[in-house]
Amino acid sequence: MAAKQLVSMRGITKSFGTETVNDRIDFDLQAGEIHALLGENGAGKSTLMNILSGVYRQDAGEIKLHGQPVTIQSPKDAIGCGVGMIHQHFKLVENLTAAENIILGYKKGLMLNRKKINQEIAEFSMSYGLSIQPQDCIYQMSVGEKQRVEILKALYRGADILILDEPTAVLTPQETKELFTILKKMAAEGCGVIIITHKMQEVMEIADRITVLRKGKKVGTREIGQVNEQVLAEMMMGQMVIRERIKNINPVGETVLTVQNLTVRGDKGVDAVKDVSFTVNQGEILGIAGISGSGQKELAEAIAGLRRAEAGSIKIAQEETKGKTAREMIDLGISFVPEDRLGMGLIGTMDMADNLILKDYRKPPISRGIFIDKQKAKERASAVIEQFDVKIADNNGAIKSLSGGNLQKILLGREILEEPKILIAAYPVRGLDIGTTEAVYNLLLEQRDRGCAVIFISEDLDEIMELSDRIMVMEGGRTTGIVKPEETSVEEIGRMMLSGRVS
Amino acid sequence: MNGRFKIEKREIQNKYALTGIRLVGIFLALIAGGIFLASTGHGPILVYKAMLKGAFGSSYGINETIVKTIPLLLAALGISVAFRMKLWNIGAEGQICVGGIAASAVALKFGHLPSYVLLPSMLLAGFLGGAIWGLLPAIPKALWKTNETITTLMMNYIGILWVDYLVFGPWKDPKGFNFPITPEFSPAAFLPTFGRSRVHTGIIIALVLAALLYVIINKTLWGYEIRVAGENSEAAKYAGMNVKRNIILAMGISGGIAGIAGMTELAGITHRLQSGFSPGYGYSAIIIAWLSRLNPIAAIGVSFLFGGMLVGGYAVQTSGLPAATAVMMQGLILFFVLGAEFFTQHQITWIKKNHAEKPVVRKEVEIHG
Repeated sequence: MAAKQLVSMRGITKSFGTETVNDRIDFDLQAGEIHALLGENGAGKSTLMNILSGVYRQDAGEIKLHGQPVTIQSPKDAIGCGVGMIHQHFKLVENLTAAENIILGYKKGLMLNRKKINQEIAEFSMSYGLSIQPQDCIYQMSVGEKQRVEILKALYRGADILILDEPTAVLTPQETKELFTILKKMAAEGCGVIIITHKMQEVMEIADRITVLRKGKKVGTREIGQVNEQVLAEMMMGQMVIRERIKNINPVGETVLTVQNLTVRGDKGVDAVKDVSFTVNQGEILGIAGISGSGQKELAEAIAGLRRAEAGSIKIAQEETKGKTAREMIDLGISFVPEDRLGMGLIGTMDMADNLILKDYRKPPISRGIFIDKQKAKERASAVIEQFDVKIADNNGAIKSLSGGNLQKILLGREILEEPKILIAAYPVRGLDIGTTEAVYNLLLEQRDRGCAVIFISEDLDEIMELSDRIMVMEGGRTTGIVKPEETSVEEIGRMMLSGRVS
Repeated sequence: MNGRFKIEKREIQNKYALTGIRLVGIFLALIAGGIFLASTGHGPILVYKAMLKGAFGSSYGINETIVKTIPLLLAALGISVAFRMKLWNIGAEGQICVGGIAASAVALKFGHLPSYVLLPSMLLAGFLGGAIWGLLPAIPKALWKTNETITTLMMNYIGILWVDYLVFGPWKDPKGFNFPITPEFSPAAFLPTFGRSRVHTGIIIALVLAALLYVIINKTLWGYEIRVAGENSEAAKYAGMNVKRNIILAMGISGGIAGIAGMTELAGITHRLQSGFSPGYGYSAIIIAWLSRLNPIAAIGVSFLFGGMLVGGYAVQTSGLPAATAVMMQGLILFFVLGAEFFTQHQITWIKKNHAEKPVVRKEVEIHG
């Protein structure tokens, strides 16, 4: 079968700072196929596609489109070459109509004949079987409709290479089904479709070929007939070598956290955590496994008092915490190390001392009446630098220029110095080098040995197996099981992460 | 053309470099202003010299400059409290007006009281009047996230028109030959002056407040909270701070301090409420707050320079230039300093076009839209 080659990327390399996010990646797309780009978060999928669509430029490597070598300098160049990308966050003007969005920046000329354009867009959309109302404003539309407008926008500009970044993340199951029908139809008409995803079932359902990336490198490209979910999971997550688990020799203490039938709403207005129940005891680490975006963040924020529970209860010791503020939760002994260090956990423009007192600035010895004892805060900064081995050039400088590892040490240092009863660490080693990763693990283990109840959220199964005393698996906001690492395997957890309960 | 400009991100942390970039901005503003002056037939150097001489060249000039510094500094201090929390309170002008109205009400109604009771009462009334004008936009901001830039701006017009209503209407001086003024306050309501100059004790109030605010912002629990909330509101919520309460508090204090500017201006200079008693101090103060990087101590110096610019503007009127020259210069300075700000975060380099298909290998940080 000699299908037309639409895209040929060879040796694409891209670095941000010292981190290589795409390392000599080859990628092909043929006319008429749906090609899934699969990989964990941070595997480099979006970067690769952003290069193809002109958002970034590669440091090295060549791109051919329709057989011609091209230099793509901007998204405008890309669309001119027939590449249309539908981003996860739609790039539509909410106050304009669908038709206006579709022609925006494309139609030349001074005057708009709205009636004619609406007519034209309506006909155009019907020819692809995409039903939209051209005269409706974007803000009135459902997410699925907005996505259809985005697709039409790309098609209208003559795109025959369509890239969709996690297109189903925001869709209901029905909308997903409709989208897949549309994509199949477009492929049948000779377009090439690339979908970026980490959802295995969808890949199996829709893709013709699959390319798997892991940690910036290409693992391989497979025809759909050659693989099953198991094989793909292994390609995605790598060789599953289980290191010796660090045994917890201390007896597990009383239950300090009881979560019952908890439902929490996410930022998109839909329930992100659904009917979740579990407990955590003193002196144990509960690992929470799952593909990121399965409700872990919302769960952690709900326990930290940053997000309201829609239903269910969270008890600390035996105390119900409903209606408690984040400050009251801190006072009850909850410590939360958020995944977004500079976004939530730290203040990049402030110095280390100011960052270290964020949680207890209102308590002595940091507070003295209405004043803050900056000297005490500075002493603490020196102590944290010493104790946690923070590399910092200027103790009084803004911390935003520090490396991720040093930021994490400051953040963890602050939280640990509070001697919390419950420590929630969300993706604590994301983006850290091996040395710092080990240091962070040791800190978590020390906390466990101190009798703290630790909740450890991660998407790295090896990590979870290594550290946890029990593992809770989440998928789509629900718990798919709570297992002990010695009684399970990475493969089994992988299956629980991807779908349904273990029977 | 074979090449393109590339805008790259950079980070300048060096304080001297930052100050240098701003000074270059001010210098460019003077040049731009000079071009304008030259095009209207005035020698720029002569005009600038005349402005300098008018503002700082005599004891009278310096006294007048200090007189202008007082309301500018107070309003800028108020604004910087709100700006610290990234609350864009541009309503100082209205807050000055309402602070003035409240202080006038006290002065007109209780003029028989002795000075040591009357003046503190007027000060408090001025603060409360300004605070109310700050709180009215703050409450919907805290509760429903209304845009405070718009609401504080609109409150300016309401405040200014309230002054007009009162001085044209119910509070008009019956012996004032129909001028839009109230009767003169009793002498007990006058702020004492230094010697025979017009410089009044409002300068002490302003300097004390500047020092006080510096301590509050940098040394107290509440100052820490508003700094955290301003730099990273997510972190503030994460730390359990009550962001809503702090929005209301910061805007109340911000408006209140601007209100004090209204009180000192009336009790120190005009000795009565009159239409247009604040010729835009509240707007100039926005520029001052910004140029002083919200630092209350720096605001003292910047206010003094801006006061000088106003006085210098009056001084050059004799050579046929409108006093608005000073206002134009303020605008130019803000424009160029804000423009220069861009270069503290970015640098522009010229990249030669590479005709080969292989793109050049280089490290670059893309600017996202």
